[in-house]
Amino acid sequence: MQHAVKPQVVEDTRFIYEAVEDAVRRYGRSRKALIPILQSIQAKIGYLPRIGLEKVSNHLDIPLSTIYGVATFYHQFILEPPGMHIIQICMGTACYIRGNSDNYRFLLNLLGIESNKRTSKDGLFTVLRVRCLGCCSLAPVIKVDDGVYGRVDFNEIRRIISFYRSKAKTDNPSSG
Amino acid sequence: MEHDGWSLMDRCCDLCRHSAETPCRNYVSCRIDGPLCHDDKDCKEKRMRRIYEVRNGRGGLKISIGMGSCGLAVGARDVYHAALKYIEEEGLDASVTPVGCMGLCYMEPLLEVHRDGLPSTIYGRVTAESVDDILDTYLSGDIRGAFALRDRAGVARGESEIPLLEDIDFFKYQVRWVTRNCGVVNPESIEDYIVYGGYLGLAKALESTPEDVIETIRKSGLRGRGGAGFPTWLKWSICRRAEGQPKYVVCNADEGDPGAFMNRMLAEADPHRVLEGLIIAAYAIGASYGYIFVRAEKPLMADRLEKAVEDARRYGLLGHDILGSGFSFDVDVVRSAGAFVCGEETAMLAAIEGGRAMPRQRPPYPATYGLFGKPTVINNVETLAHVATIMSDGWEKFTSYGTEKSKGTKVFCITGSATRTGAVEVPIGITVRELVFKVAGGVRKGRRFKAVQIGGPSGGCLPEAMLDLPMDYESLISAGAIMGSGGLIVIDDGSCIVDVARFFTSFTMAESCGKCIPCRIGSKILYDTLTRIIDGEGSEEDLKILEEVGMFMKNASLCALGQTAPNPILSTLRYFRDEYEAHIKEKRCPARVCSKLVNYVIDEGICVRCGLCAKQCPVQAIVRGDDGAYRVDPSICVRCGQCMLVCPREAIVKR
Repeated sequence: MQHAVKPQVVEDTRFIYEAVEDAVRRYGRSRKALIPILQSIQAKIGYLPRIGLEKVSNHLDIPLSTIYGVATFYHQFILEPPGMHIIQICMGTACYIRGNSDNYRFLLNLLGIESNKRTSKDGLFTVLRVRCLGCCSLAPVIKVDDGVYGRVDFNEIRRIISFYRSKAKTDNPSSG
Repeated sequence: MEHDGWSLMDRCCDLCRHSAETPCRNYVSCRIDGPLCHDDKDCKEKRMRRIYEVRNGRGGLKISIGMGSCGLAVGARDVYHAALKYIEEEGLDASVTPVGCMGLCYMEPLLEVHRDGLPSTIYGRVTAESVDDILDTYLSGDIRGAFALRDRAGVARGESEIPLLEDIDFFKYQVRWVTRNCGVVNPESIEDYIVYGGYLGLAKALESTPEDVIETIRKSGLRGRGGAGFPTWLKWSICRRAEGQPKYVVCNADEGDPGAFMNRMLAEADPHRVLEGLIIAAYAIGASYGYIFVRAEKPLMADRLEKAVEDARRYGLLGHDILGSGFSFDVDVVRSAGAFVCGEETAMLAAIEGGRAMPRQRPPYPATYGLFGKPTVINNVETLAHVATIMSDGWEKFTSYGTEKSKGTKVFCITGSATRTGAVEVPIGITVRELVFKVAGGVRKGRRFKAVQIGGPSGGCLPEAMLDLPMDYESLISAGAIMGSGGLIVIDDGSCIVDVARFFTSFTMAESCGKCIPCRIGSKILYDTLTRIIDGEGSEEDLKILEEVGMFMKNASLCALGQTAPNPILSTLRYFRDEYEAHIKEKRCPARVCSKLVNYVIDEGICVRCGLCAKQCPVQAIVRGDDGAYRVDPSICVRCGQCMLVCPREAIVKR
């Protein structure tokens, strides 16, 4: 599956330009290529950096403001560097009724994310509220990167978060 | 599926000339009944052997694991690997096959095992650890502990105690018409689909004229399964007659209704059926190119559809001169970047064209002026799957189900507080009561039924008294709900109706594209008004505002998103007005959900006096008394609920 590899968040100009060039080569320069190009850049870079969008604007001859308009319209696009793990918390009806709005508040609290922010201070987690992941019968559902967790409660969330926290420590002991 | 060399899709011998470049008219029927162009015992046997293997597994042993998104979410991948390991360690000749979801979400992960001579047996809530045990016991001829049987053999121990799948309540009322392959075929194998009768509908369509295909769909009475219920044949016929080339077909797989996942289930479990329907639609209207527009949040669905498109192209079922009919057609799978409004036809077209997904004024309708300004037909996943099934099985069979005005079957998703959650396919016209209480088993233990929400954020809430309503397009609209895509969310007495209405309104408010004023401003007014009521600051005037603004949005919004956005509020005002009034007049939330209208109380019997809640409280409303017990002072408390979240013992309750 093409989603299996987690994008690296990079802010290196050269990488960003390469990602843009690759995407343009693959999808062409027509207007209808814009969204696939943005998706492809985000898959590589982890978000849509401004310098990348400027480059896309040059290639496709579409004003940056229009591209910005498209990028901000859709839920999928992230314009700031996200945390190492992206947690999607489903706010579909079934998940809402089965307690995900409490779970959401619990999660923000657990990660120490302030109400107007989405990313934890240690840069480990970005929490996004999403519309229905389509696993309604397993509600409430959260998704960490590509892993879907069904029937979660406070304890399960605690367990999931400590798993990723200890994983981060083993992967990167110096910063732990 | 990995093949050991030859697959049914390949040539049996050099006499077969079929390829994508040199297509054969009889390619599809030849797969199962062939060889048709020559007589050869070896070729025939080779095919029969292969068909047997696909159906019964290598060596007569087949293990299928439900690997839709829902199964994967609860560990189906681990179960799959455990089964592979078991086969390898035991040195068995067998097939281990991933299959799609059969709708039994409450029993996921599911494992089905078939050995020749033994009944095909389904096990529910399987874990990777339990796989060895299940298979050991099954292979010893003992099926005790199984969930259900697909057939009976009368030889296994415990067989009489296990019900047949079709006899359990969840299946008893179902007609597996369009979902027949869900949980049966490997969705990533075109060969599986062919063995189970796939692409025969396309072959039949290509043998008749496009007009005949439209006529067949007209006779079937098929109506769009995405929401509005527009007759499919009429849409096709308008587009066929429209001027302008090229023409396009678009498969709407942008399933965004929270609580609806039948399209995901169908496209994940049986993607070729959807693709086959799309090719037939293209042939009927004379389209040369198509798009499948898939929702970003459902990546597995996109992956499986992409695989289906690739495989169909490889074997000449897609591309130039399909099956030698002279008809050429190709498809691109487009991944939506995510916006609920994309489900609206013209917004979806704007998204495919690369812009912001904003609807435009209709008419002109897409059938005459659609994608890139050309005539375009947009059909939803389930509709297209029906098209393929009607073409292969005939319209007569389809019309034997359903009601006078709404023919056939519909897949409904039942979630929320139901005992058995999942997706079911039933004849249109079944009553809401049968669906909620008989199929889904009513509400969870310890709860009472309050309402059922039908049709997602565009639909309405129906109370107990309305449950004998038949599920068809017209009846639901007259009751203030809509069929929508077919999501049913069961709500119990633990949910507050006003809060649920606000939830839907917050959804449509956030998803409003902002183009027209009634929807953009109206949804905000509705949301703010509901918030006032929920916070205990509402007045009776607010109910009038909800009704007036709601009706205004219904009449004046540009697209269906805005026109239907007030439905959850208007329907709950109609059936649950007393709950709104309790919030306004008595400042009371009957379900104890609305935080400003409830008090937080510490249950001293459970409390271990750790003091975490007092530390967490932002306004110091929790103090320790002289007796050492912590108590919440309701006059200081701001009902933020933080204490409840940090309590390690769940000792804090709402009263």
